Amino acid sequence: MSALLRAGATELAGLIASGEVSAREVTAAHLDQIAAVDDRVKAFLHVDGERALASADAVDAKRAAGEKLGPLAGVPLAMKDIFTMQGAPTTCGSRILEGWMPPYNSTITDKLLAADVIVLGKTNMDEFAMGSSTENSGYFATHNPWDNALIPGGSGGGSAAALAAFEAPLAIGTDTGGSIRQPASVTGTVGVKPTYGGTSRYGVVAMASSLDTPGPCARNVRDAALLHSVIGGWDPRDSTSINAPLPDLLGAVERADVAGMRIGVVTEFGGEGYQPGVEQRFSEALAVLEQLGAQIVEVSCPNFEYALAAYYLIMPSEVSSNLARFDAMRYGLRVGDDGVNSVEEVMNLTRGAGFGAEAKRRIIIGTYALSSGYYDAYYGSAQKVRTLIKRDFDAAFDKVDVLVSPTTPTTAFPIGERVDDPLAMYKADLCTIPSNLAGNCALSLPVGLSPDNGLPVGFQVMAPVLADDRLYRIGAALEAELNRNWGASLLDQFADSPAGAYLNVGSIR
Amino acid sequence: MSLMEFDDALVAFDPVLGLEVHVELNTASKMFCGCANAFGAEPNTQTCPVCLGLPGSLPVVNARAIESAIRIGLALNCDIAQWCRFARKNYFYPDMTKDFQTSQYDEPIAFDGFVDLEVDGEVFHIEIERAHMEEDAGKLVHSGFTGRIGDADYSLVDYNRAGTPLIEIVTRPIRGTGAKAPQVAKAYVSYLRDLMLALGVSDVRMEQGSLRCDANVSLMPKGETELGLRTETKNVNSLRSIERALNYEIRRQAALLAEGGRVHQETRHWHEEGYTTPGRSKEQAEDYRYFPEPDLVPVAPSREWVEQLRGTLPEVPAVRRARLQETWGFTDLEMQDAVNGGALDVIEATVAAGATPQSARKWWLTELARRANEAGVELAELAITPSQVAAVQALVDAGTVNDKLARQVIEGVLAGEGTPAEVVGARGLAVVSDDGALTAAVERAIEANPDVAERIREGKLAAAGALIGAVMRDMRGQADAARVRELILARLG
Repeated sequence: MSALLRAGATELAGLIASGEVSAREVTAAHLDQIAAVDDRVKAFLHVDGERALASADAVDAKRAAGEKLGPLAGVPLAMKDIFTMQGAPTTCGSRILEGWMPPYNSTITDKLLAADVIVLGKTNMDEFAMGSSTENSGYFATHNPWDNALIPGGSGGGSAAALAAFEAPLAIGTDTGGSIRQPASVTGTVGVKPTYGGTSRYGVVAMASSLDTPGPCARNVRDAALLHSVIGGWDPRDSTSINAPLPDLLGAVERADVAGMRIGVVTEFGGEGYQPGVEQRFSEALAVLEQLGAQIVEVSCPNFEYALAAYYLIMPSEVSSNLARFDAMRYGLRVGDDGVNSVEEVMNLTRGAGFGAEAKRRIIIGTYALSSGYYDAYYGSAQKVRTLIKRDFDAAFDKVDVLVSPTTPTTAFPIGERVDDPLAMYKADLCTIPSNLAGNCALSLPVGLSPDNGLPVGFQVMAPVLADDRLYRIGAALEAELNRNWGASLLDQFADSPAGAYLNVGSIR
Repeated sequence: MSLMEFDDALVAFDPVLGLEVHVELNTASKMFCGCANAFGAEPNTQTCPVCLGLPGSLPVVNARAIESAIRIGLALNCDIAQWCRFARKNYFYPDMTKDFQTSQYDEPIAFDGFVDLEVDGEVFHIEIERAHMEEDAGKLVHSGFTGRIGDADYSLVDYNRAGTPLIEIVTRPIRGTGAKAPQVAKAYVSYLRDLMLALGVSDVRMEQGSLRCDANVSLMPKGETELGLRTETKNVNSLRSIERALNYEIRRQAALLAEGGRVHQETRHWHEEGYTTPGRSKEQAEDYRYFPEPDLVPVAPSREWVEQLRGTLPEVPAVRRARLQETWGFTDLEMQDAVNGGALDVIEATVAAGATPQSARKWWLTELARRANEAGVELAELAITPSQVAAVQALVDAGTVNDKLARQVIEGVLAGEGTPAEVVGARGLAVVSDDGALTAAVERAIEANPDVAERIREGKLAAAGALIGAVMRDMRGQADAARVRELILARLG
């Protein structure tokens, strides 16, 4: 059983396709793991074991009948609770959507089902994807599998924690300012923010439409590439999706070669506010890349300094509009409908009760930023900064193939540490936000444990729009070399250690 | 409410108009989703996640609606944007599924146009500020006697209309209309209605709301140049109401200003009984927090496409009418009948198929108008084509059938019995001009009516009518009456 939990998605898909194990066995093993550890980790908001097993049986029947299987047939997946799926609730971690059963599938849900993926359930998240710790969930906080007193990152903390706790080999998330990459970084997993428009947003509940990017989460680079190739591509139902073929991501993983590549280190990301252990592991990873034949150069992106400020105007502006529809009229929570209160009063009472503090903060900031008389100074200026950041990327990519940085300035921090300090919380996304503003792609992969505290450190690779294959080419090369040096992946090492014994996934040694 | 006499109001003040016209497009599907765009279906049956604004759903622009918007813009002599975006207009209301309306704000698809209108021989140049695209909201139905939201116990909402494509056409302030202000407004909306019909982009049924006009008016004391505070009158659902509502507002505002009061800048509601009441106050301008719609990519119509669409524009209705009237030689009254009868297209096609304008007019406005009216359909929907009508007239001209028989031919064609020639053959309707058969019938008629024959022999030629009638009856109407007359006179003369 534990071997099935340790296995990656690519491996499981192979085992199931060849008939060595059944999809039911694989699914049951993961459901058992959820039952065993999720009381501590709290990665899932909703698990539907019956449905997952029925889907697994369908895959087994398909295989028995000799029918063609999808590329991820029988592989379990944890779905961030922001993707709609018929028959499963979608809450976005918010009380205002408690109990809402969407009547339609997101495009990505359809693609996953067409690939014969087994959806185990919906994972916890900061309310409407607003946060960097999953503490803003309207239901409960998720705990970092490495140390249950720590945050698992956010907003996709549930998806990342599910991977790190071996509850699922694959997960999907959405990345608006770092919500895939930062959780990957602090949980020792791999997370990719694809090129904006490279993955469909149809059926993904919007936080900030011009920034939201669905993407793959996995325990290794190859699995992320496999999942990315399943969920990616043009969708006529999303006007902002790009009508262009997906680059050859699995080919890039095969190639895994960085010789001659020019890698730019963003000089603005480091120094004050960056944990020394994070900077140390980041530098060591650069040395590994150099040793593999890459050319490392320093690149300045002067406007990245203003990215956080611009982001916290553009994102809340869109939030204030996107979250307007939760008005108690058609679905979700309704408060104060006593036959006396007016429509406006019911809307006010419902929104007051249903939204958490962070959602309200952003609605208020966004409403203010878009107000007449303030629009130019706030939203307008922020859009100009956004253009400058795009130009920084363009200029950098004229000189180098990719840019790199730490994914987030620190390792996982304690639950509760930053809840009363929004600015400190926002800084967790300092390095990830520029790629959201510019729409290019980026990946985070683990490059070691911080010597300060023994917690995972993430390394971010940023590539130009539609050059997602470069992320995988470099990520696969670096991952392979590090694993060779370490003898086992960080997560496997952790599972083998006393601290990871509660995960009960055996020993690979 | 005190009102000033209209003529007195115009002595003291110059009215300034501003007209906002919403046109519902008749595209097969809605503005941003694939739902049917049709009036009158069961409530909430033409909806989907997109037009219901369900969380996660996304809009995609209907290319056909863009095409209609561009054609409307071109027909209004507007410039067409090289690049424009949709914007979100944010406000909470239960008929809004997303609590924002996807519209256009500072980047309309069409702008800077004009139309020239003729009212009683005077030409008015109306400047069009913009024509922009937007979506309609759902429809609220309030319970209770008044049907207004404040008095209702509950309200129902039908989202079938949510997402219907609309074009909003906005004029610049229209000055210098003087006492003709209400007529100019009516003529403008009438012009737009005809233009939309000619473009084929909308049903423009004011009573169903597929063409709606918000009429803004303010008064400027004579000799001043600064605009006064305006009111915006809504719920004006017919051409006549536009004229009446503006007449009323001018008189109401004039009375207010003359007494030293001030006009409240507000929305007013028109009542068919002949007055307006205040609606939403616009003193505190609502802040819609417009910003570019991030879910939609910009619309950038290529110049080639725009020029191609320009090539599809119909002739401006007023120009076409003048041209046809001159070509056809119709009197003003005849032309007016043809226009009101919706017969211009069919008459034009019938003339093109060889009929004279007068014969085409006669058939379409009498016999065929009657039949269309009985069947409750438009002329063009009748089961007879303009070329068939021309063929019927050709049969009359050739003497094959007379007028009465021609009506039977038309009846046969409408009944699906074939072409006019086939109906003549199948029903045996051709006029008999064979002298042998006619002479025998004349003999029978003289034999049966000896006293009539005697009177004719005595030179009372007027009596011949009775014998002709008898012959026609004998021949079941299929005789050439002129020839019968000749034969009778030859036999008895």
